[in-house]
Amino acid sequence: MIASLSGLTTEFVATKINYGAVLPMLVVFGAAMIGVLVEAFAPRAVRYGAQVGVALVGLVAAFMAVVLAVGHQGSTLAGAVVIDGPALFLQGTILALSVLSVLAMAERFDGIGADAFTAQGAAAPGSPQESAAVRAGATTTEVFPLTMFAIGGMLLFPAAGDLLTMFVALEVLSLPLYILSGLASRRRLLSQEASLKYFLLGAFSSAFFLFGAALLFGYSGSMDLGVIAKAIGTQSGMDGLLVPGVLLVLVGLLFKIGAVPFHSWTPDVYQGAPTPVTGFMAACTKVAAFGAILRFVYVGVGDSRWDWAPALWAVAILTMVVGAVLSITQTDVKRLLAYSSIAHAGFVLTGLLAFDRVGVSSVMFYVVAYGFSTIAAFAIVSLVRDGGSEATHLSQWAGLGRTHPIVAGAFAFLLLAFAGIPLTSGFTAKFAVFSAAIGHGATPLAVVGVLASAIAAFVYVRVIVLMYFTESGGDSVRVVPPSILTSAAVTIGVAMTLVLGVVPAPLLDLASRSALFLR
Amino acid sequence: MSSFPWLTTIGLIPLVGALVVAFLPASLADRARQIALGFSLVALLFTVAAALQFNAGSSQQFQFSEQHPWIEQFGVSYAVGVDGIALVLIVMAAVLVPVCLLAAWHDVPDSGRRQQTYFALMLVLETFMIGVFAATDVFLFYVFFEAMLIPVYFLIGSYGGPRRQYAAVKFLLYSLLGGLVMLVAVIALYQAGPGGPQGFLVDKLTGITFDQNAGRLMFVGFFFAFAVKAPMWPVHTWLPDAATEAKPATAVLLVGVLDKVGTYGMIRFCLQMFPEASTWATPAIIVLAVVSVLYGALLAIGQTDIMRLIAYTSVSHFGFIVLGIFAMTSAGTAGSALYMVNHGFTTAALFLVAAMLIRRRGSKRIPDYGGWQRVTPVIAGVFLISGMSALALPGLNSFISEFLVLVGTFQRYQVAAALATVGIILAALYILLMYQRMMTGPKPDSAAGTPDMSHREKWVVAPLIAAFLVLGFYPKPVLDVINPAVSRTLQYVGVTDPAPAHPGTAAEGAVK
Repeated sequence: MIASLSGLTTEFVATKINYGAVLPMLVVFGAAMIGVLVEAFAPRAVRYGAQVGVALVGLVAAFMAVVLAVGHQGSTLAGAVVIDGPALFLQGTILALSVLSVLAMAERFDGIGADAFTAQGAAAPGSPQESAAVRAGATTTEVFPLTMFAIGGMLLFPAAGDLLTMFVALEVLSLPLYILSGLASRRRLLSQEASLKYFLLGAFSSAFFLFGAALLFGYSGSMDLGVIAKAIGTQSGMDGLLVPGVLLVLVGLLFKIGAVPFHSWTPDVYQGAPTPVTGFMAACTKVAAFGAILRFVYVGVGDSRWDWAPALWAVAILTMVVGAVLSITQTDVKRLLAYSSIAHAGFVLTGLLAFDRVGVSSVMFYVVAYGFSTIAAFAIVSLVRDGGSEATHLSQWAGLGRTHPIVAGAFAFLLLAFAGIPLTSGFTAKFAVFSAAIGHGATPLAVVGVLASAIAAFVYVRVIVLMYFTESGGDSVRVVPPSILTSAAVTIGVAMTLVLGVVPAPLLDLASRSALFLR
Repeated sequence: MSSFPWLTTIGLIPLVGALVVAFLPASLADRARQIALGFSLVALLFTVAAALQFNAGSSQQFQFSEQHPWIEQFGVSYAVGVDGIALVLIVMAAVLVPVCLLAAWHDVPDSGRRQQTYFALMLVLETFMIGVFAATDVFLFYVFFEAMLIPVYFLIGSYGGPRRQYAAVKFLLYSLLGGLVMLVAVIALYQAGPGGPQGFLVDKLTGITFDQNAGRLMFVGFFFAFAVKAPMWPVHTWLPDAATEAKPATAVLLVGVLDKVGTYGMIRFCLQMFPEASTWATPAIIVLAVVSVLYGALLAIGQTDIMRLIAYTSVSHFGFIVLGIFAMTSAGTAGSALYMVNHGFTTAALFLVAAMLIRRRGSKRIPDYGGWQRVTPVIAGVFLISGMSALALPGLNSFISEFLVLVGTFQRYQVAAALATVGIILAALYILLMYQRMMTGPKPDSAAGTPDMSHREKWVVAPLIAAFLVLGFYPKPVLDVINPAVSRTLQYVGVTDPAPAHPGTAAEGAVK
């Protein structure tokens, strides 16, 4: 305890800020602020265009800032933010995926505002206020600044150098997501239920995280991951604080990736949230959360892994098996993709448990590959309509291959990628994580992983059977012709799925060069 | 030998053809079949041209080798090359594809998108089949091995019979499960090997001494996938369903070519890379093979569905092939390699001629026939010849390979060979009973006016029957190509005829 106090200085010294390194986050938060101002002052008619423009420009500028930040790596803000290879790689990934997500969210078909979002979130579903808002032409353009704040939090999450920053990032990324989940334009009660459920469980998991952080502070005398790592080598006799602390922090982080047994929110929220938001959560939140887990586990508490890794093994196995098995029974395509995302989180965990540099690079590659596929998949789900609303029941997808060959073909291809068929990014990614696991003493995990893959493949194959080999149930289901926005999101997602399956070498190389954490 | 990329070219021609056929403008849509056939014939032409340049006496294991880095981080190269066994299998595939395309002429009657997709999928399948036999990089092999499933899955699922969904899903899941188990072994193999950016090359993975348990586990991983593919008892149950529900042409490519990947893989990967584990597992595999021979034959006798019957004969024949491979004698293994080729032609003839009958009678049930040699004498005659080939009549192709397998097996496993011989008797039973029930008897009244074999159908069976006779009377050219590859493989295993001299010491240094 005394030793840790010596770190405090009596005099206040302003910390140096490496602006080059934190520029991407500043750009995104700046764009979010501008979005708030637009929301406050711009007339209703121009808001949609302005918001989409601000968001996209902000994201692209931030991506370029990430590229520039390569030369500014280092620990900054007194160690609160660490910009190193993995942080930059994941930030770039989050930004690239966010562009696609924003494109999908901005889809308005023939309407005046973003199609997926309700006219007025505050109006009770079915109430006179709601119809009044629709008549008045209200649109919830505030989803764009909310998304930008969430993205800002996601950028900070994998770059957090101490547990407190990590917690702040966690909250910054979570709070907008809670709101976004509740803003679906159709089946609004389901959406609001999802939002509430997500919020309650999210708050619960945040509490776990904080309590764990407090225990680790008690153990090491610091929130800083580097200091905690040092303490593990020197501190003795305090394991009663260390292991529970690590496990509790992990609970908070595993909640975000939807690992079993902290997954119960995932299907409900994925189903209830507006579909483009679901895609955004499935892709970007996962990237950010895996980045945070990687940093916490590899930089912070890796040296004590013999004490808690078995628990993480159990979580990984459960996640893969439960995700794969439960996806079999799903009849709703969004819930199916939710369980599939749970199973995928399990596969990523096997790579993470390699505790090696290739583990880091394989995890990073996997989240990129999965992110592109999953955003495109959810964007396609949002196009298949029955009447006005999304046709999410699987039976409604029957015969889609005959009636809409291109959309069905793209979706089938994405499903094959999820199943891990070669020449898709899903296979390369699975190969990367399993090979990291097998190479570093986690072969049993890889074996469970392939068996779970086989089970999950059945699910994807069943959807393909429905789309291609089954006669159409009714002809009311059709694909709404998408605008350039969704088309772009789907096209890029599918193209990346193919490219990362056929020529993954450049990205693998980048991931492997970026895989070194700054300690 | 020039540095012309023969194998890549042969593989690309059908792929280009598939793209052309799939995206034909509507004005040319009624030419899709001709164009598809044309591409497959060009591929055959190139294959024959390549085969003529093959040097059986070469000191290299693989010829026509090409090698380019692909995913260096994983140690993966795009590396292709063939030895004798791979070459004859590629030639067989290249011959069977045009035959099947011709046989499938009326499978999808109306020209249009659906017909184009059907023929395009067959051509894509040809690319993957050539790739899988030509790959000399384990990862590349795995990619083709798995990717191949997708066109077949759509061919069965979209174009098959009434229970096509069930059959397609069952086929895909069995194969995927096998493939995924193999994936673990593939990764572990790389980790145990020398690693590096070319660490997946077959050359680099040959002659490694593995930790005994690790080697055996990896062997089991590979063997499981190949056994599902081959298919061996007890993981054969997907085959009868897939074969009867698929279109006959698809069934031919599935049973005749795709399943050979299993037995080919046993020779190329199981024996060559895991000699110790192979000898360790031999007793169990011999038992499974004998069970497959007898079980497949017995079930074939009991079938009333023609297509299922042929599928079960294949289970029996694959039992023979596996038996010969794991007898690990030069006669047995060479016999198996030859058997793979023969079985491809024989099964093709059986399936396609049966399909001609089914098209005319409208039923797959054997009891629905009877007396058809009076209705369609030419078809009946060809069916009889195909059946004779299947039961290994001397003078026809299968006899030589089956004889070699049994001789080779007998040198080491007398009991197994004796039991397998019973399979030949059972083969006579299932073929002749089927022929008797379908063809002999009084002329059925209902079938009056049924046309006999058409010109197109004659073109379908002519190459197959020619292959029966050539391979039956003069198999020397093929055996000459196969034998060096077989003896090299047996060198890797470290066995010599007739009894193992130094079990467990793999002859290293034979590579290059």
